[in-house]
Amino acid sequence: MNSKKRKLIYNAVTFGIVILAFLLCNIFYSDMSRSLRGQLIPICCWIVMAVSLNLVIGISGELSLGHAGFMSIGAFSGIVVSGWLLNGFQMENEILRLIIAIAAGAVIAGIAGVLIGIPVLRLRGDYLAIVTLAFGEIIRNVLNCVYVSADGASLNFGFIDPNLPGTLLLNGPNGAVGVKKIATFTAGFILIIITLIVVLNLINSRTGRAIMATRDNRIAAESVGINVTKYKMIAFVTSAALAGMAGALYGLNYSTLVPAKFKFDQSINVLVFVVLGGIGNTLGSIISATVLTILPELLRSFSNYRMLIYAVLLILMMLLTNTPAAKAFFINLQGHWKKKALRKSIEAEQGKGGTQS
Amino acid sequence: MTVRIQKRNQDTKMVPVPSESIIPERDLGKLPVLECKHLGIDFGGLTAVEDFNLTIGKTEIAGLIGPNGAGKTTVFNLLTKVYEPTRGTVMINGIDTHGMDIVQASKLGIARTFQNIRLFSKMSVEDNVRIGLHNQIKYNMFSGILRLPSYWKREKQQHEKALELLSIFGMQDMADMQAGSLPYGAQRRLEIVRALATNPSLLLLDEPAAGMNPHETQELMDNIIKIRDQFQIAVLLIEHDMNLVMGICEGICVLNYGKIIAKGTAEDIQSNPVVIEAYLGKQKEAQA
Repeated sequence: MNSKKRKLIYNAVTFGIVILAFLLCNIFYSDMSRSLRGQLIPICCWIVMAVSLNLVIGISGELSLGHAGFMSIGAFSGIVVSGWLLNGFQMENEILRLIIAIAAGAVIAGIAGVLIGIPVLRLRGDYLAIVTLAFGEIIRNVLNCVYVSADGASLNFGFIDPNLPGTLLLNGPNGAVGVKKIATFTAGFILIIITLIVVLNLINSRTGRAIMATRDNRIAAESVGINVTKYKMIAFVTSAALAGMAGALYGLNYSTLVPAKFKFDQSINVLVFVVLGGIGNTLGSIISATVLTILPELLRSFSNYRMLIYAVLLILMMLLTNTPAAKAFFINLQGHWKKKALRKSIEAEQGKGGTQS
Repeated sequence: MTVRIQKRNQDTKMVPVPSESIIPERDLGKLPVLECKHLGIDFGGLTAVEDFNLTIGKTEIAGLIGPNGAGKTTVFNLLTKVYEPTRGTVMINGIDTHGMDIVQASKLGIARTFQNIRLFSKMSVEDNVRIGLHNQIKYNMFSGILRLPSYWKREKQQHEKALELLSIFGMQDMADMQAGSLPYGAQRRLEIVRALATNPSLLLLDEPAAGMNPHETQELMDNIIKIRDQFQIAVLLIEHDMNLVMGICEGICVLNYGKIIAKGTAEDIQSNPVVIEAYLGKQKEAQA
């Protein structure tokens, strides 16, 4: 099985690179600069974000510009759940708290994904992109007005009104203050592995094929009995839940977090990871998310020209992946497979005695 | 346009339309696979199809012909519920499809190919067929993600079934190729295989021989009969290649300006003056 083998090799390489990178990071942890060490967990989060957004853009073929919104929902629900467990139930076990917080982030972001997906997935193309963008902003603005406090074992919610009994976990536009940092690099690594298992296994299953069918040809997919809205929804909600997990980990990595952190430009940032890594290419998303998260930090010594160089590098990378010469180089790399397939098709056609029209 | 249609309607009134079924003498089974009664659709003020009556029995091969723009593909779109008819009913296996969508119609047992090929061109040939098997060999999303035993079992079943279906057209060697890179004729054949994978009782073929050479067309004719016999399904096809239509269709229905102008066997149609007029124009006009 040619194509199956290729998929297997691709998946194995993807997992292999992630595991190798994790091991290398652990081995050379003491040699890393302090700023790079601080970047490790955010890198894990952005990788999960990029891979999950790739599920919507690359696999289901819809441009979603509100991905940071789901991340922020995950982040703040993770922070609230973690704070609640600590204050209300005196749960000191950090690992257990982190797991519950991440799961809560995934579930709540998933529910938000369903609620937003119902109206949004009735639209197509540019309209869908614009509406997701709007929802991303709506989420941020709503979070600006939400106050949550833990009073013993009970959670109190306030909208616009900050006068709540107990410890304030979420303080409207001031966000979460005094969060206990419980995120670890290992948790980030496990999160990436979970994301990869979900996304790659989903793609290579009946559900994934149905999602790709709706992307490639909506009318043909419907004609063979695939419910297009249902499968677009599955991709959208899965992606939202994964973004929620990434958000929970991200939120629990900082002592303070404000809703303004998850602006529209963060969504675009993730989109840049996906586009640069190659739409539909999971491994590409991982690499570009890593490189583009480290790059601004590495360029910090140039301080004044940092964003300028970053922009120029982005343009160069896009040119490199889109010029005919560079493309020809990459195609030559794949040439071996293509030639084999072509030869096979010619033989098969000749065997039948038919000619191409 | 509407004026012309009205004029045409007056003309056709003089021609007696044979009967509801194309071939009355054939045993259609207890229940016809497809039964259209007074089917019609308007787009704005334009009547695209009007008073379309057709009954197709089990294992019947029927042809739908007519000049360009006669409304043949519109009829296909009405049958597969791409459009909701303005008037009349479509019954598939005795079930009224009123208010159904494309997916529900597909589950009732109606499958189609498209005039302009609509394959999932970036995916492999086998995956295209597997997508056709979507509602036949099922497992849920979580057994797919968690790779439960049912995943492996059903995937194996899908693989075997896909290869079996591809072997109808001798395409099992191409299973790994990208569907978009196949030669034109093979793409058309793959579309038929994908439609067959949905386990239909009625197969609609929209110009299956378009772009094929005479040799390939002959092969296609043999294959359509083979499919009919093997799967015991009814076939309704739109085709401009008269050799194919006259060669395999047991009944032919001629459509012009959205109305049926003649029905019958190949011999009836070939000698029908109204059909000749629709294709070649009136004799007087030709002389003038």
